[in-house]
This record gives sequence, structure tokens and C-alpha cells, in this order.
Amino acid sequence: MGTVPSALKHCLSYQHLLKEQPWIGEPVPPPQPGQESQTSGLPEYIKIVEVGPRDGLQNEKVIVPTDIKIELINRLSKTGLSAIEVTSFVSSKWVPQMADHKEVMRGIERHPGVRYPVLTPNLQGFHNAIAAGATEVSVFGAASESFSKMNINCSIEESIEKFEEVVKSARNMNIPVRGYVSCALGCPYEGNILPAKVAEVSKRLYSMGCYEISLGDTIGVGTPGSMKRMLEAVMKEIPLSAIAVHCHDTYGQALANILTAIQVLLQCMSEGAVFLADLNLSRSCQNSLMKQALHSLSDWLYASSSLAWSEGKSPVSWILTQVQDITSQPVSVVMH
Amino acid sequence: MGTVPSALKHCLSYQHLLKEQPWIGEPVPPPQPGQESQTSGLPEYIKIVEVGPRDGLQNEKVIVPTDIKIELINRLSKTGLSAIEVTSFVSSKWVPQMADHKEVMRGIERHPGVRYPVLTPNLQGFHNAVSKRLYSMGCYEISLGDTIGVGTPGSMKRMLEAVMKEIPLSAIAVHCHDTYGQALANILTAIQMGVAVVDSSVAGLGGCPYAKGATGNVATEDVIYMLNGLGINTGVNLYRVMEAGNFICTALNKKTNSKVAQASFNTGTIN
Repeated sequence: MGTVPSALKHCLSYQHLLKEQPWIGEPVPPPQPGQESQTSGLPEYIKIVEVGPRDGLQNEKVIVPTDIKIELINRLSKTGLSAIEVTSFVSSKWVPQMADHKEVMRGIERHPGVRYPVLTPNLQGFHNAIAAGATEVSVFGAASESFSKMNINCSIEESIEKFEEVVKSARNMNIPVRGYVSCALGCPYEGNILPAKVAEVSKRLYSMGCYEISLGDTIGVGTPGSMKRMLEAVMKEIPLSAIAVHCHDTYGQALANILTAIQVLLQCMSEGAVFLADLNLSRSCQNSLMKQALHSLSDWLYASSSLAWSEGKSPVSWILTQVQDITSQPVSVVMH
Repeated sequence: MGTVPSALKHCLSYQHLLKEQPWIGEPVPPPQPGQESQTSGLPEYIKIVEVGPRDGLQNEKVIVPTDIKIELINRLSKTGLSAIEVTSFVSSKWVPQMADHKEVMRGIERHPGVRYPVLTPNLQGFHNAVSKRLYSMGCYEISLGDTIGVGTPGSMKRMLEAVMKEIPLSAIAVHCHDTYGQALANILTAIQMGVAVVDSSVAGLGGCPYAKGATGNVATEDVIYMLNGLGINTGVNLYRVMEAGNFICTALNKKTNSKVAQASFNTGTIN
């Protein structure tokens, strides 16, 4: 692991660490107005979902004691992370590392502003999770039939049916559900995976009620090229705001792939002027038909902004045309 | 070092390795006309400058025997690489690893189509003013080095924008260290800006001399893997580079720093 800096060894202050390791510090401050933005085209904020305590530990050979897991999660809770995947409510026969899921769930500190999702592959796991105090759950699908069968012992279709049960129960209890799609950029059994298949599974998970879909390069074989192609397919089916990426670093490509994902998603957003959440109409919006039209337009735009752009239309003028067609009234729209 | 795939162990064919490791293969073929190009805005060809025998070995503690150095370079000469940095003509007091520079230079095979540059002192720098001076002096290519690997896509972009004002894009190369794991992201950023020459080191040879225990050079194998996936031509055979990397790591009795090599040599768990 190399030499641990003395600031860590002797639990000295952050300031001490900074002196030894000046590169570990606060983010670079944003440029002053007038200066060329170094992050032009990039998001101002990116949410990081910490999966170490679950996805990470699950793949470590050494069984980690429960109190160590709890301590890890508690320390992570103090870092500013807004989402930490805690554990997995699966049978301990399949995943021995996660056998202590109830104890971990009950034992962790719950920090305000931090979400603590857990994996629940089926209804039984879901009920156990809720009984243990979980307030958010995740379901794990795959874009590869072979992987689905080998990993969770059922076909993609069968797994979707199980997830639907979970999501239905979760929605009844106002529990948010996050969806994962494994093998998004390649499968250890099938090799290359069609982007269209990833998009199809993503759409099924999103339509059933998952608020976010995490697209996983499970064996880390993806590269910026395949990441771009896959995202372009998925972006046609689900809103950009619902997309997350989960890149493995097995071939050292993870950061390059993540950078690509950020660029691709933002490129689409900035060209499509997607954020129509706040619309001020110059005319009164009392016309309910107009309200409906605009509502469905903005939904459509979320899903299809890349499509609108590639057809050579400016999304803005497209919106105006559609609204005018529907309402038969001239209207000007100010977008924020 | 992990399980060496049987294809390498028994010197079986490349085809046999591909069966075991389907991800190590030829570059993705360029898209057909009409299909959306995955490499739109990226160079079609990127030259890789292999710096393992010089920059790499220079930062390894173990003094490598001359014949091993020569064998490494000869193997690299057969991979399709068009430029291999051979050695450094500096005083052996300062850089003991390069004490045998004359013997190495004389001992290597010279393959047609391959250049064999050597380092001579005081030619490194990444400030744009220095780059401009070097270029004006007659250097055909300026390699901009992130020597301690602290750069990120943001700082890479800013630095290149400044340098590009002073010297032509075609004369710019990037030499990214992976000390903070940022090398591939930085290289991607550079090639998105049009840079078409990348320095890298087989097996990621050469730690960072300023950060003990930290990695240094980015591994040639990992760079080629990324460029292959983007459909960018490098002319270099990834499998042969992995073989050369395997050779030198065995000689040095060390683990490779290349993630691609590690992934290919482990028939282990799937995450």
C-alpha cells in the first residue's frame, strides 16, 4: 500500500496532511466571471453513491466483523456523502459476507441528509429490510440472460417480475427504489452486450417505478467508446436525470469511462435545453389543455432531447411549434 | 503475480489467448459510413511513445542487467510501436540504472520504421514558455509531462490550451503519470483536444520518485486498451506488449502495474 503519510499514522490534523500532500485538498474554486470556465459543459454538482460497504465488501474474501462494517459506514456518513449502500438482504448461503444485514442495518448511525439504501432481490428480502429499519431499497437486474441466470438463478423476465413485486410494495409504503443494470458494457459469459438491450431493461425498471437506474460495467471491460454508445441508447428511453453509472476499474478504464459519461450526459442536456421545470408563459396558464401539453412535452424532452437534436431541430423552436399546434394560440416561452 | 493464462505459459497462439480473454483483441473496427462515429472529434491515429526502458527502468530500484534491457527493447520493437525511448546519456553517478547506456544503444536491434530516441539532460519541461523555446530550438516534438501525476482533466485542459497557443498541435505529446490514478482520464482529455502522441511505459514500469510507494508511469497496455475501444489506430499489438511486460516483470521479480495485464492474468472472481 506504500508509505502512509505521518498525518494519517499519528491522526494529526487535516492541515498537517495538506502540508505533506498539498494535492489532497478542496476542489479547485470555480473561475471568476470573464475567465474561461474549466468546467464548461460539465455539471456543477455530481452525486456520488458510495457502494463500498455493500458491493465492495461483498467481493472481499475476508469476512468483515459486524462492528467494523458499522464503524466504516459511520465514518463514511461524516464525509458529506449523500448516499451509502449499507448491505444486502440476500440469503447468507449465497452471500456470506452480508449475513449480518439485520445487525448492520440496526447498528448504524443515521445522519440527516444521508440515504442508506439496501439491496433487496425479492419480496422476502424487502420485508426483512423494512423490518430492520431500511428506508430505501435497490433491485439488481442484468442486461445479459446468461449473467442473470448464473448470478440470481432466473431469466431477466423472471427477475423483472420479482422486482415488480418489490417495487409495488415499496411504493405502497413510500419507499424509494433504485434499479441496477449489470453487464451494461459487457458480460463474462456472453461477451459484448447490445446497447439496445441495456436500454430495454433500464426502461422496464424505470417504468415500474425505480427513481434512478445505475448502469454497471460489471467486469470493467468498457471504454469511452462503448460507454458513449450505451448511454446514447439508454438516454432515448429514460430521463437523463435518472441515469447513474457504476464503473469497475478491472482494466483501469473507470475514470476515463466516468469522465465520458459525464460529458455525454451533459452534452445532451445542454443541447436539448432539458430543464423545463420552471416555465413562465407570457400568457395565462389557466388553459388546462395547455398545462397538460406542456407537462407531457417536458417529460418527452427529458427522454428524447438527444433525438430532437440529432434531427437538426432546435429543441426550443420545436417546443414552441408543438405548443402552438396544440393550443392554436401563439405563445412565447421563457425558459430557466 | 497471479495466474498466467495458459496461452502465454505454453506459448500457444494469440488465437488461444483470445478465447480465454475475449476483451484483449483487435481494435474496434471504425464505424461504417452513415453510422454515428464513436470517435467523432478524436484523432484517427495516435502514436504511442514507449518510455518503459528509459523512464520506467530509471525509477526501478533493482539494477537491470544490460542483456535484459536489450531483450526488453528488442521485444518491444516487434509490437508495432514506432518509437521506443532506449536509454539516457547522463552521468552514471546521477542515474546508475542508465550507466550502461552505450552498451544498450549498441546492443539493440534496429527495426525499420521504429525510432529509438535517447534522453540527453535538461530537455524536460512543461511550461509553455519552455515548450516554445524547445520547439524554436528545433525539437520536433515536445512531451508535456505530468511528472508527479497530480493533474486532472481540468488542469490538463488549461495547460494544453496555453501550450497550443505557442506550438503546433502536431508537435505536442503528453506524458501522464498515474500516481493519483488520473492518467487515462487526462490522456482522454488531451486526445479530445486533438493531441495525437502519448507517452506510456510497458507494465507501468517506474514508480514515482517523489512519492514513495506510489505508481508512476501509465501502463502502455492500459492506454492501448482504451484507444482500441475507441477505434483509434495505434499500430501496436496489445498482446505482444503484454508479453514484453510479462518478461520484464519476471526479470524484475515484481508485479505489473498494468490493470489490463492484471485482469488478463487473473482467472478469478467476477464482480
